[in-house]
Amino acid sequence: MALLEVKNLQVNYGVIRAIKGISFEVNEGEIVSLIGANGAGKTTTMQSIMGLIPIKDGTVTYDGKVINKIPGHKLISMGMSQVPEGRRVFQELTVYENLVMGAYTQKDKKKIKEDIEEICTRFPRLGERKNQIAGTLSGGEQQMLAMGRAMMSHPKLLMLDEPSMGLSPLLVDQVFDIIKDYHKMGTTVLLVEQNAKKALSISDRAYVLETGDITISGKGEDLLNNEQVKKAYLGE
Amino acid sequence: MSILFDGLSLGAIYALIALGYTMVYGIAKMLNFAHGDIIMVGAYAVFVTLMGGGHIALAIGLSVIICVVMGVVVEKFAYKPLRGASPLAVLITAIGVSYLLQSISQLVFGAEPKTVTIASLGTVSLFGATISVSSIVTLVIGAVIMAGLTLFVKKTRTGRAMVAVSEDKGAAMLMGINVNRIITITFAIGSALAAAASLFYLMQIPSVEPTLGSMPGIKAFTAAVIGGIGSIPGAMLGGVMLGVIEKICLSVPVLAPYTTAVEFGLLIVILLVRPIGLLGKKRREKV
Ligand SMILES: Nc1ncnc2c1ncn2[C@@H]1O[C@H](COP(=O)(O)OP(=O)(O)O)[C@@H](O)[C@H]1O
Ligand SMILES: [Mg+2]
Repeated sequence: MALLEVKNLQVNYGVIRAIKGISFEVNEGEIVSLIGANGAGKTTTMQSIMGLIPIKDGTVTYDGKVINKIPGHKLISMGMSQVPEGRRVFQELTVYENLVMGAYTQKDKKKIKEDIEEICTRFPRLGERKNQIAGTLSGGEQQMLAMGRAMMSHPKLLMLDEPSMGLSPLLVDQVFDIIKDYHKMGTTVLLVEQNAKKALSISDRAYVLETGDITISGKGEDLLNNEQVKKAYLGE
Repeated sequence: MSILFDGLSLGAIYALIALGYTMVYGIAKMLNFAHGDIIMVGAYAVFVTLMGGGHIALAIGLSVIICVVMGVVVEKFAYKPLRGASPLAVLITAIGVSYLLQSISQLVFGAEPKTVTIASLGTVSLFGATISVSSIVTLVIGAVIMAGLTLFVKKTRTGRAMVAVSEDKGAAMLMGINVNRIITITFAIGSALAAAASLFYLMQIPSVEPTLGSMPGIKAFTAAVIGGIGSIPGAMLGGVMLGVIEKICLSVPVLAPYTTAVEFGLLIVILLVRPIGLLGKKRREKV
């Protein structure tokens, strides 16, 4: 069954039609990626699903419930979580406090502490910098923090918007490894990337977004071999 | 010595009001120009309760409740519909609300000032100086309130959520924070602080009129900007600085007539040297 189903989604900025009626789905246990060039509408799609941008038309169904009209903050306790584009960690709070913010919907204080410990083991660099102000972390560390923070709510569906943006190749590999880890632990993943090669290689299925429309879709490995995709997104 | 005490206690009043401006600015990114008038509402609440023979404790309680309700109602009906509108539209609405509150109180209570006697507390001798007890009370309770607020913001879940919302509403929402609820709570806290300020104000100047909130409102706003609008310690620092400077100026005969000019002059100088205010932070705005 589809955990997330987007049907005929339309989003406008004023009179500009940014998303022109796209449909896609993410099944439980999958990694699905949405690839596309800069300005294709990937972030708009991700933000409108979480209620950060109003939806013009269409339906978003999560776990069998239509969530268009549900205030975004309630989606977190329903099991959705998003690592936003640009990481957006709380710059003035410490690493530790950021992780605590990620557990805002969690009630069990002891469990929160354990989860933070778990994340600090998974990301040793965060562990070493627990009391450092997040704004002073490097880009890679902030990305790790944003991912750790998003996992603090124990999501069923983790959505990531360009987690590899602006990172060195080594860090990009690390980020993708972490996504694979979380997936192995049972998290369903919706991934938005410009790094199409990396994204497709870990995805079960993928969609290509072009100026607000989905133009190609299929299995990750099939898209890696698709001539159109190769030319436009893999630089081959 | 007594000037210092009076200045500090006036500063505490400004600081309490400035906190309302700065917290609302930090969280809702708007200048709530009607905030000063909440003080006036609080003062009339005290006046009416005392006139009706109510105890001062009842007056304080009612004043806080009425201010909080007023602040929350104003936010819900005047500002919330404008969320996402241009800052200018919000500013003009806030000025409109300010005039509305003043006009209503003028209709109900008339324009002439009414006397409110909260109990005269007299003076004490301290370190060889004569100090009014009301100054000490203001200073002590003001300090306790501000310490409590600081702890609340630092230690509680709601307080941390306020920090998150003030930094990035979108990211805060992604944590599961109900941003609208946090904004409402912020208005409620700001208004409760204004109620406290109105009481201390009446202890110093026992008279209430519809425009009572304007001057302390503007002074406190100045204090908030001096300290760095959006910054809670900044509002406290700015308020205390302004209160002390005001009392010092008033005690020097040559300077006394120019007190307000000195205060706004200080604002201009500080903004020229440090446009974000003494403790203000540069921050980027996001979705
Ligand atoms: N706040 C905004 N106001 C107006 N247009 C916007 C806004 N945000 C994005 N857009 C436009 O919407 C389109 C899609 O943008 P976006 O979703 O950010 O693309 P992507 O994430 O794929 O790079 C672009 O043409 C962009 O210019
Ligand atoms: Mg984007």
